[in-house]
Amino acid sequence: MSADLTLILPEIVLAVFAMLGLLGAVYTGKDALAPALVWATSALLVLVALWVGLAAPETHTGFGGMFIDDGFSRFAKVTLLLSAAAVLAMSEGYMSARGLLRFEYPILITLAVVGMMVMVSAGDLMSLYMGLELQSLALYVVASLRRDSIKSTEAGLKYFVLGALSSGLLLYGASLIYGYAGTTLFSGIIQTAQTGDVSLGMLFGLIFVISGLAFKVSAVPFHMWTPDVYEGAPTPITAFFATAPKVAAMGLFARVMHDAFGNAVGDWQQVVALISLLSMFLGAIAAIGQTNIKRLMAYSSIAHMGYALMGLASGTVFGVQAMLVYLAIYVTMNVGTFAFILMMERDGQPVVDVASLNMYSKREPGKALAMLVLLFSLAGVPPMLGFFGKLYVLRAAYEGGLAWLAIAGVVASVIGAFYYLRIVFYMYFGDENAEGLDGGKSPVLWGFLMASAVVMVLGIINMFGVEGAAAAAAASLVN
Amino acid sequence: MELTILFAPLVGAILCGFGWRVFGETAAMCIATGLLFLSALLSWVVFLSFDGTTETIQILRWIESGSLSTDWAIRLDRLTAIMLIVITTVSSLVHLYSFGYMDHDPQWKGGESYKPRFFAYLSFFTFAMLMLVTSNNLVQMFFGWEGVGVASYLLIGFYYRKPSANAAAIKAFVVNRVGDFGFSLGIFALFMLTDSIRFDDIFAAAPGLADTQLSFLWGEWNAANLIAILLFIGAMGKSAQLLLHTWLPDAMEGPTPVSALIHAATMVTAGVFLICRMSPIMEFAPEATMFITFIGATTAFFAATVGLVQTDIKRVIAYSTCSQLGYMFVAAGVGMYSAAMFHLLTHAFFKAMLFLGAGSVIHAMHHEQDMTNYGGLRKKIPYTFAAMMIGTLAITGVGIPLTHIGFAGFLSKDAIIESAYGAGSMYGFWMLVIAAAFTSFYSWRLIFLTFYGEARGDKHTHDHAHESPMVMLIPLGVLSLGAIFAGMVWYNSFFGHADQVGKFYGIPVAEAAADGAAHVEGAADSHGEAAATEEHATAEGGHGAAGEHHLAFAGKPGEGALYMGPDNHVLEDAHASPVWVKVSPFIAMLGGFLMALWFYIWNPTLPARLAENQRPLYLFLKNKWYFDELYDVVFVRPTKWIGRQLWKKGDGDVIDGTLNGVALGIVPFLTRLAGRAQSGYIFTYAFAMVIGIAVLITWMTLGGAN
Amino acid sequence: MSVFAFYLFAISVIAGGLFTVISRNPVHSVLWLILSFLSAAGLFVLLGAEFVAMLLVIVYVGAVAVLFLFVVMMLDIDFAELKAEMARYMPLALLIGLVILMQFVMAFGAWEANAAAEGLRAQAIPVDRHNTEALGMILYDQYFLLFQLAGLILLVAMIGAIVLTLRHRKDVKRQDVVAQMMRDPAKAMELKDVKSGQGL
Repeated sequence: MSADLTLILPEIVLAVFAMLGLLGAVYTGKDALAPALVWATSALLVLVALWVGLAAPETHTGFGGMFIDDGFSRFAKVTLLLSAAAVLAMSEGYMSARGLLRFEYPILITLAVVGMMVMVSAGDLMSLYMGLELQSLALYVVASLRRDSIKSTEAGLKYFVLGALSSGLLLYGASLIYGYAGTTLFSGIIQTAQTGDVSLGMLFGLIFVISGLAFKVSAVPFHMWTPDVYEGAPTPITAFFATAPKVAAMGLFARVMHDAFGNAVGDWQQVVALISLLSMFLGAIAAIGQTNIKRLMAYSSIAHMGYALMGLASGTVFGVQAMLVYLAIYVTMNVGTFAFILMMERDGQPVVDVASLNMYSKREPGKALAMLVLLFSLAGVPPMLGFFGKLYVLRAAYEGGLAWLAIAGVVASVIGAFYYLRIVFYMYFGDENAEGLDGGKSPVLWGFLMASAVVMVLGIINMFGVEGAAAAAAASLVN
Repeated sequence: MELTILFAPLVGAILCGFGWRVFGETAAMCIATGLLFLSALLSWVVFLSFDGTTETIQILRWIESGSLSTDWAIRLDRLTAIMLIVITTVSSLVHLYSFGYMDHDPQWKGGESYKPRFFAYLSFFTFAMLMLVTSNNLVQMFFGWEGVGVASYLLIGFYYRKPSANAAAIKAFVVNRVGDFGFSLGIFALFMLTDSIRFDDIFAAAPGLADTQLSFLWGEWNAANLIAILLFIGAMGKSAQLLLHTWLPDAMEGPTPVSALIHAATMVTAGVFLICRMSPIMEFAPEATMFITFIGATTAFFAATVGLVQTDIKRVIAYSTCSQLGYMFVAAGVGMYSAAMFHLLTHAFFKAMLFLGAGSVIHAMHHEQDMTNYGGLRKKIPYTFAAMMIGTLAITGVGIPLTHIGFAGFLSKDAIIESAYGAGSMYGFWMLVIAAAFTSFYSWRLIFLTFYGEARGDKHTHDHAHESPMVMLIPLGVLSLGAIFAGMVWYNSFFGHADQVGKFYGIPVAEAAADGAAHVEGAADSHGEAAATEEHATAEGGHGAAGEHHLAFAGKPGEGALYMGPDNHVLEDAHASPVWVKVSPFIAMLGGFLMALWFYIWNPTLPARLAENQRPLYLFLKNKWYFDELYDVVFVRPTKWIGRQLWKKGDGDVIDGTLNGVALGIVPFLTRLAGRAQSGYIFTYAFAMVIGIAVLITWMTLGGAN
Repeated sequence: MSVFAFYLFAISVIAGGLFTVISRNPVHSVLWLILSFLSAAGLFVLLGAEFVAMLLVIVYVGAVAVLFLFVVMMLDIDFAELKAEMARYMPLALLIGLVILMQFVMAFGAWEANAAAEGLRAQAIPVDRHNTEALGMILYDQYFLLFQLAGLILLVAMIGAIVLTLRHRKDVKRQDVVAQMMRDPAKAMELKDVKSGQGL
């Protein structure tokens, strides 16, 4: 048992921290303590990320196989911990200025992160569900954190109801799988699920589980909540939604597909490929009509999840590696982009209209250039890192025998480039007379924006070693 | 050292082309020229110290894809060494010459900077050409091949304000594409059959190709023949052989130093070089080599006839180039690659000199190029006259018959004509002899029209005609040395006895087989006679010795720079050809000279009257056998029509229309649709999820059923 | 007998669920739901899991369902309007439901339970220990991790409920327990000796 506890020590540390923080804040300054708590949480998340990341590259399982600590889970954990820390650090200024910063916020985020860490380490359908629910519940709450805004409340409620539906689907699928496999352990399921020898009932269970997971990564057709929730939630929380939970959900997705159904790749490959295809195209096409940059980023994340799923759909070790690399790049890009969006304000009020960026390059050449780099990277324009992420998954899909999917991905990225480049157009060649934005002075946000842009350019040299780590992680997942 | 030779021109091109704003114009030009002289110097060192064994110097790994593995590497053998000296020597002299020629070019307004660009192009061309000749595989060679094409395009169109120059540049490029298409097909075929593009592997596999059948277009072909023909099509384009020759005369739109360097001495000989380089394949492709001989001989004859009536001084020399290239192909076609290379070498010297001399004349006459406006210039520009005279003596082949004394062209051209006779190609032999007569006629016509007789044309221009500066005369002087002595110095190496040629090229020689004895006997006899009459028989004592033990080439394909099959006795047979054969080119030359003398000195009204009498023939020749007009009707206009159709209908309506339709019609429609689906109601969203589940399950069920 | 009881409870679970969905009156729906819970509890008893059965009755019937009942009674929801909106989509919904149903019929028609699953079913009831003991062993030993995670989830739910509903309004007087308890009679009270007929 003590060995098992050592295994989940990072999770325990975070949970205990959350509880201590809760007690401390309640009995002392309450919300006055919130900024300090945010920074402390952020710092702790970074420390835990380092701790997890520098752990010995070994595979351990604990709690009778329900919890797996391997290279894959560590890669996903480091990515999600760092992105959560970054988003927390970015949110402090914005939320303080608007009176949104409550001490529960960092605590809920911490608990959500614990849930995500359990998700990517899940070795059992039950621990999967527990982690998922812990994460989701915390997210439902933070989505409606701005109680005096109808939109924020609506966002939280929609997210909650639809999330409950998706949880129901997931549980139904899990029970079907349990019924056919006789076990909820992934290591047991994989023995009964062999390609070509999977019973139809189990396949249905698999599809329901995929649907539940697809909801979490907001893949089409389970994506409908995404634009509304992204728009309604306070911007820092939107930024959080767009980063860490996506990594966790994709990690869980890959975990279930390979750990539980790794012997039946042929059975789920087509389904994941179809979801990926639909996500890429819907994300690209629907974003064109958006004028709200948060909704636009919602569709952008749907499309990006489509590409990440393409890596998974290939069903190979390289595919998982491509997915992880893509996610790491995606998260970095989104941190920078949301840092920029958080800085968009006029007279102290946040602005989310794309048109407000007209001739932004005149007023803020540095930030406009950084944003240009990020948008090019999001669109997948060659010299930037985003292109190599796309190249990775396209190659994975091609080598996995899904050439049609790779071609569709290229077409979708061409369509998708339109709306990213339209923002660039506004910034550099837009209407001179349109009402612009204020300076938006925030050294923290500025730092994140610039760092992210620089990574997009310099990362092409060796991707800061992410490639190798992702390869090791993928190898530990797929046998 | 080899790397310095190869990359010095590239460094020069880059420094000169991009750095002239930093260094200044003159300094930039001096850097480019200086680096080329360095390259030339080292090339001579390599050539003279080369011992005949093939070396490979790897530079870096280039392409690794499947079984395709290519390096950047230098293959240094005798062929490469010959090409190195030809290219770098002529190029460095042309660089020097351009200092004078390109100064104050009337094409450019005062203050415009064009010279560094010109020098950068020249240096870049030199680099590409060196890349071509030094490569040890076909892809690198193709790189150089295209590189010289680009440089040629840039230099022909150097006067980009002249529409005719642009048109000529495009024509050269497009016609060359036709040849390149054949060349690339040849490379593909070789790669397909031998799984390699490295020369060593290809040559080793060459004997096998002769027994392989390859399906191409409508039928089955012998692989060796097919590949040889395809490669030759590439060579035809680059070397302006008949059918693909039309670009070369138009290329004279470029500045004259360019004509000298690219369109006389180096680039156009790339085709000949290619055939010689691929000699192991040619030796196994008898039908293809017959075709090469035929095309070469016909070109030699055709170009010579057209040259008879041209009045533009550069065009005359251009047709002469075309004709001389025909000679080289005949030599290569009959299997006497060494003779082809010999003529390539000597031709580079005297033809470059003729062009540079013509440039000097043009420079003196304020860029007047029409010979009918010249006349009586030998007093005004005596050095140029002397150089042109030497060049003419060389090209017409003046020398002492039946000896090895004469101008460069005498020895190399006679070697080719004897080879053609020796190989039994009567068509080739007679065509070349007739062409030799014509060559002599038009060359002397050029001299007489330009330097003798009365001054014609603009009086003012004639009054101001002046000798060119020293930077232009020095290259003429150096090249004239080559034009005089190149033939005599290297005769034995290129066309001497088998053991000398073999030693020169690094090909092993062995005792001739018994069945070859009869041939060799004859050869020995003729040598005996020759030796008796030759003054310097002692200097060539090797002949007598060689006659006693009959030697033949015995290398395997790929061993040494050239390969000649065991049944290739052309060298022996050529040496054994009868006296009348050996004398015939001299007689033809003499005939041409006398005709020219009669037409343009003794009776200057005769040409006009003859043109009047034989009007159809005159127009036929004047219009270059109507090749351009024919191509215009057969190829250019239909292609333009198809192009216009594809552009307006295909590209404009179909492709652009589809894309615009998708981008402006379908995508916004889908966007609106997606926007409408996003109703904001939870039950719509939940509904979408359930529909998604239903679709996925149905798909899985149906997929599972399959 | 037990077979009869099983089918009775099973049918009433399904019927209860069905009527919960289709009842017009929301109060009836909740009552049907309670029937469903009770029947499920009966099934647990049949399986020998008395403890779980009683938990179901006490927690779900006694607490959750009654809470539902209060909420439904307190909220003024016009179910007729919602139904009318849903009726528009009913044909399509029915079609999709039918498709999914047919798929499941196909799937369950070919039911082939795994051998491991059969084995599990055979030993559903531990014979050598009490219900509570068995549950305790599972919860606090085998599924310790899940148990703790469930606790965390409940913690999040609690925090969430407070965050989303608790408002500190300045204009409302609140009870301050600490202040109340720390009050000293000496400070809080002042004894005045009021003379009769005089007042202060």
